[in-house]
Amino acid sequence: MTMDKKEWPLWEVFIRGAHGMSHRHVGSLHAADAEHAIKNARDVYTRRNEGVSIWVVEADKITASSPSQKGPLYDPARDKVYRHPTFYDIPDDAGKM
Amino acid sequence: MASPSSKDHLLEFLLRQGDNALVLGHRMSEWCGTAPALEEDIALANTALDLIGQTQFWLGYAAEVEGQGRSANDLAFLRDAYDFRNLLMLEVPNADFGRTMMRQFLFDAFQVPWLTALSGSADERIAGIAAKSLKEAIYHLERSQETVIALGDGTEDSNRRMQAALDYLWPYAGEMFADDEADAAMSNGQVAPLPSSMRPAWDAAVRPALAEGCLQVPEGAFAHSGGRTGFRHTEHLGHMLATMQVLQRSYPGAVW
Repeated sequence: MTMDKKEWPLWEVFIRGAHGMSHRHVGSLHAADAEHAIKNARDVYTRRNEGVSIWVVEADKITASSPSQKGPLYDPARDKVYRHPTFYDIPDDAGKM
Repeated sequence: MASPSSKDHLLEFLLRQGDNALVLGHRMSEWCGTAPALEEDIALANTALDLIGQTQFWLGYAAEVEGQGRSANDLAFLRDAYDFRNLLMLEVPNADFGRTMMRQFLFDAFQVPWLTALSGSADERIAGIAAKSLKEAIYHLERSQETVIALGDGTEDSNRRMQAALDYLWPYAGEMFADDEADAAMSNGQVAPLPSSMRPAWDAAVRPALAEGCLQVPEGAFAHSGGRTGFRHTEHLGHMLATMQVLQRSYPGAVW
């Protein structure tokens, strides 16, 4: 952390709510470093028993797709309904997919 | 005056545990809405709530042992300063965030070995309360220790504040280890170890962390006393209780 910067860097927080589920983005917070971010996430986002695992990543380490590229990125997939496995019946025993 | 019975000693012991948690919990809660960062605000409030939760167990048991029909709430909100049995260190004002976290660290470093030992108490109620509180204390210690080191080894200003906090609090720390007759009775009954026996574990936890935080341990062994015996509290406790107890004092018997 540089001395002239007053704000701690921003971290994105991901929480896994239960075993077998995937981590889900829950929000962001400020912290001095990664360990501090984990502790802050514990206090800010899991105080009502929401999680069993926490991931944090510095927000500026995330590369995001550009909203202005929406057309070229996503539109071509719209009419390709055959890419969805919706023509199969999933047996109940298979569980969560 | 008749010599104190084992029940008196047990009650004294339980009030000390409960009042420590209550007074520190209330001091922590004073940060709610005013902490230096939103994340710290929530973390401090969580710590305060943990401590108030522990208070309910300790004072609940104390009220049962007392057997006068009082509840944990009665003990918390209707006793006056001279009836409190908390350490003086826990009642002095927060001052700044640095002193608040230094106090928390000095206390947490005592609570972890203390509650660990109490988890093996011959008194099952005490063992149960201690085992539950211990998990919270371990987290509190992780957090307070990291903060003390980071601020000690931080900027010139943060180091100066942490050193001032340590210089101010150090003479209060010794009271944690001062045994008396009630402690001896607890020790003889295998209910609790002597507080003085915690000193090596406390030193082993505190001194390296302070060194890592570039902080100088003050010299001198003078220790304030009078809090855990109730002999003489600081002038700050009465002011704190006036705020904490105002609702029950103004509207006796008011319930949620």
